[in-house]
Amino acid sequence: MSNQIDTAQDSNHFQTKANLHTQGFAGDGSGTADKGEAATAPGGSLRENGGVDCIDPNRLDFLEQAQRSAGGSSLATSLLAQPPELEVVNITKQFGTMFALDSVSMSLKPGTFHALLGENGAGKSTLVKCIMGFYAPTSGEVLIDKQICQIASPRDAHRYGIGMVYQHFTSVPAMTVAENLVLSRFDSSNLINWKLEHEQLSAFMQTAPFQIPLDVPVAQLAAGQKQKLEILKQLYLKSRILILDEPTSVLTPKEADEVLGLLQAEVQTGWLSVLMISHKFREVTAFADEVTVLRKGKLAGHGLVKELSIQDMAEMMMGEKREPQQVEKVAPSALAPILQLKDLHANKDNGLEAVAGVNLTIYSGEIVGIAGISGNGQRELVEVLAGQRQATSGQVLVNGEIYRATRAEMFRHQIFSLPEEPLRNACVPNMSVAENLALRTFDRPPQAKGGWLLIHRVIRQMAQALVTRFSIKTPSVDTPVGNLSGGNVQRTVLARELSSERIKLLIAANPCFGLDFAAVEYIHGQIVAARNRGVAVLLVSEDLDELLKLSDRIVVISGGRFVYESVTTNADFAAISQSMAGH
Amino acid sequence: MATEALGWWGVPLGIAAGTLRGSAPFLFVSLGECLTEKSGKINLGLEGTLLMGAMSAYAISYVTQSPWLGVLVAGLAGIVLGSIHAFLSLQPKVNDIAVGIAMIIFGSGVAFFFGKPFIQPVAPQLPALEFGAWSSQPQVQSALEICPLFLIGVAIAPLMQWFFQSTRWGLLIRAVGDSPDAARAMGISIFKIRLLCIITGSFLAGVGGSYLSLFYPGTWTERISGGQGLMAVALVIFARWQPMQCLYASLLFGGAQAIGPALQSVGVTSYYYLFNASPYILTLAIMIVTCSPKRTLRGAPGTLGSSH
Repeated sequence: MSNQIDTAQDSNHFQTKANLHTQGFAGDGSGTADKGEAATAPGGSLRENGGVDCIDPNRLDFLEQAQRSAGGSSLATSLLAQPPELEVVNITKQFGTMFALDSVSMSLKPGTFHALLGENGAGKSTLVKCIMGFYAPTSGEVLIDKQICQIASPRDAHRYGIGMVYQHFTSVPAMTVAENLVLSRFDSSNLINWKLEHEQLSAFMQTAPFQIPLDVPVAQLAAGQKQKLEILKQLYLKSRILILDEPTSVLTPKEADEVLGLLQAEVQTGWLSVLMISHKFREVTAFADEVTVLRKGKLAGHGLVKELSIQDMAEMMMGEKREPQQVEKVAPSALAPILQLKDLHANKDNGLEAVAGVNLTIYSGEIVGIAGISGNGQRELVEVLAGQRQATSGQVLVNGEIYRATRAEMFRHQIFSLPEEPLRNACVPNMSVAENLALRTFDRPPQAKGGWLLIHRVIRQMAQALVTRFSIKTPSVDTPVGNLSGGNVQRTVLARELSSERIKLLIAANPCFGLDFAAVEYIHGQIVAARNRGVAVLLVSEDLDELLKLSDRIVVISGGRFVYESVTTNADFAAISQSMAGH
Repeated sequence: MATEALGWWGVPLGIAAGTLRGSAPFLFVSLGECLTEKSGKINLGLEGTLLMGAMSAYAISYVTQSPWLGVLVAGLAGIVLGSIHAFLSLQPKVNDIAVGIAMIIFGSGVAFFFGKPFIQPVAPQLPALEFGAWSSQPQVQSALEICPLFLIGVAIAPLMQWFFQSTRWGLLIRAVGDSPDAARAMGISIFKIRLLCIITGSFLAGVGGSYLSLFYPGTWTERISGGQGLMAVALVIFARWQPMQCLYASLLFGGAQAIGPALQSVGVTSYYYLFNASPYILTLAIMIVTCSPKRTLRGAPGTLGSSH
């Protein structure tokens, strides 16, 4: 709350700054004289064409040059005082038989902050990629100021004044901020006059919504500053429509509030439009004016943020309240705690805390589902349990004993896992299907004698049996597993991990990601069958439907903490979606 | 004897002379490697390129009696080898190091094969500029006989530094080496930039080879390079991928090379081979000091040696 208040107080201050920004182009007479001459010519052509219809990318390009070189561009400034209106009409994008977008329409009014809301895989990224020219839509149009335009590449989009800030950083880490900004310009000259560039960059920085030191290498900036640099880059390129793809996913809530608050202030001065992809309700309600919601590739709703409640948006995003689909489950025979997490902490690769002290107990014959939006610590949690990552503090207990995920402990406690990206996390791609199927057991009888002499005949026979039992489609058991399709790689891992008779604990992370319907049903069936045999299952998934269908208990992870826990049959759907979104 | 007149002063003088005389191959190869590595590729094959440059420069100088034409042809030979390395190492999933080792063997093999007939004949050498006329000491005079090619190399270092700093091309090369994804987002052809960098780098290494056979030591033998090409690659790491530091590091290596001969000239003959090994010891020491499994090297291009 306090952050919001701060932003409101500051907004006047930034308003004046932003005005300076627009005037900066006109007043910035420091450009070289010859460039100034060049600038008058395109300026003239703009006048003839009336400006408003300026839809030819080349002409806009001239306009930018005119602005940049700063000779007599008051006309240009006034023409661009308002960002263009961006509309998409009935856009459909098919990948094979799958509809990533199914006739979606939306409109980004000039000078508004528009949020594009939806779950993972709802088509948000596909939509903006169609706007930016990464994808050609299967059908439908992109309109700018009511004119149909063909945008074939991000460079075309840039000519129309549309710039995009990606989820990942696109700055060169070893270069300074100034070098990155100069390099990002499409038209910079071959020789760089650093004295002049520095003057211009400092002038730009003074009018910009956020300040970043120019001479610091990007690698030394904090994530928040890097994200600010990405936004500044677009402002520096004179983008008037800013598309942000989950810009806050790498930021702390405080950094996120600051960045979005400053952008909101810019938008309120009327010279910038923002289209922000998000799945955080908090950000949408705090900063956006309008919202468009996508669900499974279709338009699920649209409206003014102030007229919608979070409840309304959650329902649009997730669909109607869903009843958990029941799979046949048998009541557990005896409850024994199998896995216990005690105040577990772990860091991300960059050293920031990802798992911030979680406690959980999973009993035999129980599936505990962990729901959460990706990047909230579930990946690191699974990696700690799988032995791929060191916990910074806290304990993992299995059957009451401390568990450090060594091979011996995994065998003793019979712990198995279905990690996400199985080809990377659970297979040796260049080894054969048979060898991959034997990874857990190859050094034990009957597959080996004395722990070192492998008996290939047995390994192949057992693999053959698993291939038949789990219907893995492979030319032979000697085919490298990397040559199989994604679904069959998944089945191979599943066959290896579920074939043990004595399995006690199964850790599964997004086990059905990217699989077709039949494979999903099959894997769900296998997981429930394991549970019915008395296996304790930890299921991490981004698919809420899957969790509601399979789990006995559901836990929501947000910001590395468990923020909601309930027995699935009593789970409050709205509470789950709100706590997932960081409430 | 004049040597005796100088006494122990002959040692620093000998080292200084050796620095001025022997650093040029290090300098050219390390600048070439610096350029290549800035774009994110490694070319170990510069050792082979150096030998190929030495041989072709000597041969052309002997045949045409024009040493400068020899230098040019050495550069061209470098371009040919560089093109092969670039073509191979820029294929997907091809490892730079493996190609580089193959190119060392290929380059030196080709050089030895075509160089056989030129081991005996004497080719015209590159001229030397006499900067020592003011001194009456013949040692000082000979120490200050400097090849113009060395001066060209010395001039290239700041030029390259400026190029990386203040030209669009320089920034693009650094972007490609450091973050190909960012470069691709800018619509830059990573392949072309790396190709040009590898080829230009090999050109410089070839020119460095011509210095070996046409100035110092000034003959063509199969053992002429003594691994200087490989040492120059290590030197780029030492120089933190900065062209100006490549210059200083080259001077240091050139000086280290001269320790053995300089000591010998004042009569210290024991441990002769040990002192001669000082550049290698230096290389090893640098590698140990600069490498750590726990951190990445500061200044290293982000995607050095990875195939994209």
